[in-house]
Amino acid sequence: MAAQLSSSSILSAIPGPDDIIRRELPNGITVLVRENFTAQSVVITGSLVAGAVFESPEKQGLVGFATSSLMRGTKNRDFTRIHEELEGVGANLRIGGGMHEVSFGGKSLGEDLPLLLDILSDALRNPSFPEAQVERLRGEIMTGLKIRLQNTRYMASRQFARMIYPPEHPYHRFADGEFERIKNMTIDDLRGFHERQFGPQDMIVVVVGNVKADDAVAQVGHYLGDWVNPHQQAHPELPPVESPSEVSYANVVIPGKSQSDIVLGVPGPSRYADDFQAARMANNVLGVFGMMGRLGKNVREEKGLAYYSYSQLEGGPGPGAWRVIAGVDPSSVKLAVEGIKVELDRMLNEPVSEDDLNDNKMNLIGSLPLQLESNEGVAGSIYNMEYYGLGLDYLRRYANMINGLQASQLQEAMHRYWSTNAFALAVAGPELEGPVL
Amino acid sequence: MASVTRHELSNGMVILLKEVHSAPVISWWVMYRVGSRNEPTGRTGISHWVEHMMFKGTDQFPAGSLDRLVDRLGGSWNAHTYLDHTAYYETMPADQIDLALRIEADRMVNAHFDPEETESERTVIISERQGSENSPTFWLDEEIHAAAFRVHPYHHQIIGDMTDLKTMTRDDLYAHYHQYYMPNNAIGVMVGAFDTDEMLTKIRALYESIPAGPLPREFQREEPEQRGERRVMVEREGNASYVTLAYRAPAASHEDWFKLAALDSILGGPSGPGGGNIGSKTSRLYKALVEKELAVSVSGGISMTIDPYLYTIDATLRDGRTHQEIETALDAEISRLHNELVSQAELEKAKKQARAAFAYSNEGVTGQAFWLAYSEHIESYQLFGDYPERLQAVTAEDIQQVARKYLQPSRRTVGWFIPIESNGAEGEDE
Repeated sequence: MAAQLSSSSILSAIPGPDDIIRRELPNGITVLVRENFTAQSVVITGSLVAGAVFESPEKQGLVGFATSSLMRGTKNRDFTRIHEELEGVGANLRIGGGMHEVSFGGKSLGEDLPLLLDILSDALRNPSFPEAQVERLRGEIMTGLKIRLQNTRYMASRQFARMIYPPEHPYHRFADGEFERIKNMTIDDLRGFHERQFGPQDMIVVVVGNVKADDAVAQVGHYLGDWVNPHQQAHPELPPVESPSEVSYANVVIPGKSQSDIVLGVPGPSRYADDFQAARMANNVLGVFGMMGRLGKNVREEKGLAYYSYSQLEGGPGPGAWRVIAGVDPSSVKLAVEGIKVELDRMLNEPVSEDDLNDNKMNLIGSLPLQLESNEGVAGSIYNMEYYGLGLDYLRRYANMINGLQASQLQEAMHRYWSTNAFALAVAGPELEGPVL
Repeated sequence: MASVTRHELSNGMVILLKEVHSAPVISWWVMYRVGSRNEPTGRTGISHWVEHMMFKGTDQFPAGSLDRLVDRLGGSWNAHTYLDHTAYYETMPADQIDLALRIEADRMVNAHFDPEETESERTVIISERQGSENSPTFWLDEEIHAAAFRVHPYHHQIIGDMTDLKTMTRDDLYAHYHQYYMPNNAIGVMVGAFDTDEMLTKIRALYESIPAGPLPREFQREEPEQRGERRVMVEREGNASYVTLAYRAPAASHEDWFKLAALDSILGGPSGPGGGNIGSKTSRLYKALVEKELAVSVSGGISMTIDPYLYTIDATLRDGRTHQEIETALDAEISRLHNELVSQAELEKAKKQARAAFAYSNEGVTGQAFWLAYSEHIESYQLFGDYPERLQAVTAEDIQQVARKYLQPSRRTVGWFIPIESNGAEGEDE
């Protein structure tokens, strides 16, 4: 039985080429707009090509620091004015540095879209990196990093990344940087990164909400259409990542903690991989569908070992992690790891049953309408279609694509990425007694 | 804005319906008038544990089947327990909402509370508490509540004390369920793409036959007046220091509550429905603590509660700063509120922000349904719609009056989290 979107009214509400306006500006920016006059607000979301993959290992954290500095002062506005203008009308705008891109998002009442775009443009194009603000920010980042050293899930994830990606790969490092490196970064470093990386080439701006599409395109053009940066660098090639050849284990000891966090996994497929959808559905079966999939059933529901036990497939532009995450009592780490391995073995050795396959197809297809509940959800869907080059009819084709997946493809995807004899396991929490493997 | 219709079924269950046709989705909430406020010592955390057991099956929907049924239709569902309520929701594609109606009608009275499932869930809940314990601020928050409320059940954390989680029995849980889960102690709210008349007929068909029960005798332990500052210190492994000031605040039904909410908007940044969408970098506390490089973050918080609760200010210290420096800076800002009227510009900004925040909170069906249920439980569903207007009515004099009345050292509990050396934490750079 093929899973389908359940009614024509739902199908017609899915964004597609007939109700998304897409325009390419001469300077390389792509603008996408979808009107929604039932809401009073408008949201913007988007990105430009400038992320941690452009950093050298010695400058880890540069993109996060530089990006957080953008709204600390520009050539036209100081810190107070930027935030007075935004908060005074109940608007918000955030700009954040990621691995492959600098992303931004904002929200305001419909009539304040010009203000939102004006400040976005000013922050992206004209940051002044005022010294006092940069130093204040440096202290905030460094305190934040110290706090994270006490976060068991963060520390397990950080250790896990170091284990599955080689040191020369940007994924080996976390984009938020580390203490000594942030301490030693100079304003020239921040300014240099901005000059080299920030530009309109391949920038995406999505606008959704209470604004006429033509007006939105014109406003984006007005504020960002004349931006050029002839020095903007192209996205670098990523070094290759090998699958693990054996099981590796690391324990990050953080005294005084009540719970241990487990991260167990492998490098996974990129969003562009041919088997991405098969891997995504396999992940759904393993650790998402129902109460955290088979992992939730085994480790939480049947054994009562954990409040959370689920799996996650990153699937970004590169080979992001495919991992299992669980939080358990320190004395139960070994039992939980055994339970996780049982479910991985099952996924590897037994084809997913027709019932399971159909349930998961229905879940992935049926949950589409819920993404449309908010302007943010619609904007995020449109952004993904553009960013990954999926085509604006992607969501309309989605049900057929998911329905075409076979159990054998899920199993092949599992075998391509997973083996219960070769994975990385990082555990963070109090000192453990006895072996966990 | 589309209007809300309120209905009372013959068994006493209150139903609120609001049509929103912007997306083909519907959200259905059932909120019970029971939370950690209703828990005696020895059974702390019982409301939250009962919430977990509601996912463990009935005759009609055996354990494990609910998750699959909701997920295969593309729905999203969850539940939470708060101080004053326990709430369950499903947000579904519009043409699949019948399942949500059936689930909630069924588990209102037919949940199994299987003894084996209860024991398995005990360790899950203990694990949930252990996860919270990994955060230093959990310990501080727990001690502050324990000090601020000597008598009232707001004394304990919603998750419950570990000792009670280890000793409560299946029969305790089942008795709690029977005491509080009944239609005349519940509010059902639906927001989304439906026809009101048609939906009301469906709801009546499923819910009106559930018999009303004897309304629970309210567990009431009024907190005596606080006379004198209380202080708690938590010393645990950690890398950062925190300061919290927790002032005794009025119940949401009190006329001063909205005045304190307006005060909070000016002092700590926008709060209330939708307020989280707006930044707080122009608030007084941000300017006084973060811009002065004393703290890396600071926020205020006030909750709409049935009984008098707390107005809290939380600060995370910047590395190298002392708790006393933070307290002194916070006290200076409180004194300023006592001694000077807030400016008209600040007041106008708070009101504009409230209008924008309210517009944002009216966009998703899930959030709207939650706020309608919450408001109906506290006072009336109209409280949600009236929120911006009530804030508009607040004057600079009102803010000074509530600052002088509530923000007094003798009405507060001060908490410090003092980190002790965490030897062995692997924090070095690579």
